[in-house]
Amino acid sequence: MNKITIESLSLQYSDGTESLRDVSMGIHQNAVTVLFGPAGGGKSTLLRCLNRLNDLTEVKASSGQILIDGENILDPKVDVIALRRKVGMVFARPVPLPMSIRENIIYGLELAGEKRKSKLDEAVERSLKLSAVWDEVKDRLNDPAIALSGGQQQRLCLARVIALQPEIILLDEPTSGLDPISTGKVEAALLELKKEYTIILVPHSIQQAARTADYAAFFLTGELIEYGEGKSLFTIPKQKKTEDYIMGRFG
Amino acid sequence: MEKSLSWREFIITRLIQSSGYSAVIFVLLIFFFLLREGLPTLSEVDASSLLSVRWYPIEDYFGILPLISGSLMVTLGAALIAVPFGIGTAVYISEIAPRWMREILKPLVELLGGLPSVVLGFLGILVVSPFLRIFLDLPTGLTAFTGSLLLGGIAVPTIVSVAEDALDSVPRAYREGAWALGATRWQTIWRVTLPAARSGVLTAVMLGVGRAIGETMTVMMVTGNAPVLALKLGSLFSPVRTMTATIAAEMGEVANGSTHYHVLFLIGIVLFVISLIVNIIASSVVFRARKRAERILS
Repeated sequence: MNKITIESLSLQYSDGTESLRDVSMGIHQNAVTVLFGPAGGGKSTLLRCLNRLNDLTEVKASSGQILIDGENILDPKVDVIALRRKVGMVFARPVPLPMSIRENIIYGLELAGEKRKSKLDEAVERSLKLSAVWDEVKDRLNDPAIALSGGQQQRLCLARVIALQPEIILLDEPTSGLDPISTGKVEAALLELKKEYTIILVPHSIQQAARTADYAAFFLTGELIEYGEGKSLFTIPKQKKTEDYIMGRFG
Repeated sequence: MEKSLSWREFIITRLIQSSGYSAVIFVLLIFFFLLREGLPTLSEVDASSLLSVRWYPIEDYFGILPLISGSLMVTLGAALIAVPFGIGTAVYISEIAPRWMREILKPLVELLGGLPSVVLGFLGILVVSPFLRIFLDLPTGLTAFTGSLLLGGIAVPTIVSVAEDALDSVPRAYREGAWALGATRWQTIWRVTLPAARSGVLTAVMLGVGRAIGETMTVMMVTGNAPVLALKLGSLFSPVRTMTATIAAEMGEVANGSTHYHVLFLIGIVLFVISLIVNIIASSVVFRARKRAERILS
């Protein structure tokens, strides 16, 4: 069952760089879909289309559509704020907001209008546990979030997204600044999370892609080269370019 | 070769060092000069007379309270006008305006900051004060409020320019983080961008207020210069006289070494101390913010 269907999506930024060229793919529910490839391939751009964060960047031209549960989210009439609650995103650099740990988690909920303290506390605990950082921060929820280590900050950002109960979680190289142990914790959290959520991950290495992918898509200069189940794509790629990239012949 | 290089190094180091020291020395010299000329007042005029409400130096009434209250009222009014307006403008330029608009507005605001204050005072006398007199039905348009309006105008470019830099240096990732959580543009500005730029915005406010306190020419031209104690809200719409205007207006005609002369210097000391306090508050706020960040990051 496809949660997201992308139909011939093209996009060009105002500075002339073409970032996506006629991309079509279906993304499965409750699975980790990995988008990988060399830099500038359009992976991040695709992610930023899925929650319409590109609205705030200067985009020259775009065409095609993205259906989530059958609804075209690129339609200008779509409520972008509601969409972003449904499609959460974690960035490459952890950006805790300038508030305490607890406030970071409940900020999104408060924006959505949730005021009951019991609900908020519950969400804080649940999301911090799911993102595997609860034990490390439970005694200092009111400390400023910047006081956490990089790995903890990144899991806090993940928790912040989970707290909103989204349906889809986008992760843009979430472990690029983390040490192997923190990376392991984040990946373990993802395995747990995919039972409930649809996860789209841009990994920071091919190894991570191979470790985490249920489905994998290889992007090269804005084009989708190959897309399929992770296991087969990383062992017996069908396309020459995919094979070359996985074998480390370029990129 | 090596010898001459190290000599050059030595001379340049000393030159930079001495210019650094001289900056401090000059400030100290000015301060001592102020003290030397101002402190004799305390033996010539007793404190109760200094703290009275009548400033009429020709008949030896040296009450400086009306001047202090005049300065404070005008400055406070200016701050109340300039701070919201200045921060609002900075937010608009940095967060909301499209790029082409920003490229027009930013230099324009900075140009406004270079406007000579006497020109602004001219504008005040010819336009603002007649307008206020007719519009608010006042006996005269030369009031504390007129001064506040124009001083606000002087402080705004400083506030906008510094606050905009502070907002601009907030990483884009902060904003995207908030947007991705479903925050609207306004919620992002209010809860994320402004708090993140807090210390820079505070510096902007302090610098703006500091400029307003020290400003002389404009207030002398438009506040009416009546040394009346201004305590009630209503005195906002009557003439007042500020410390700066008093010094500027009377220093030229006072007998060197007289009591009046010494009192004017005392006023200078008071002004110096007030702006020193504003500066200390400003830098301690910034310093504390930085200290906190360092403690957290270490």
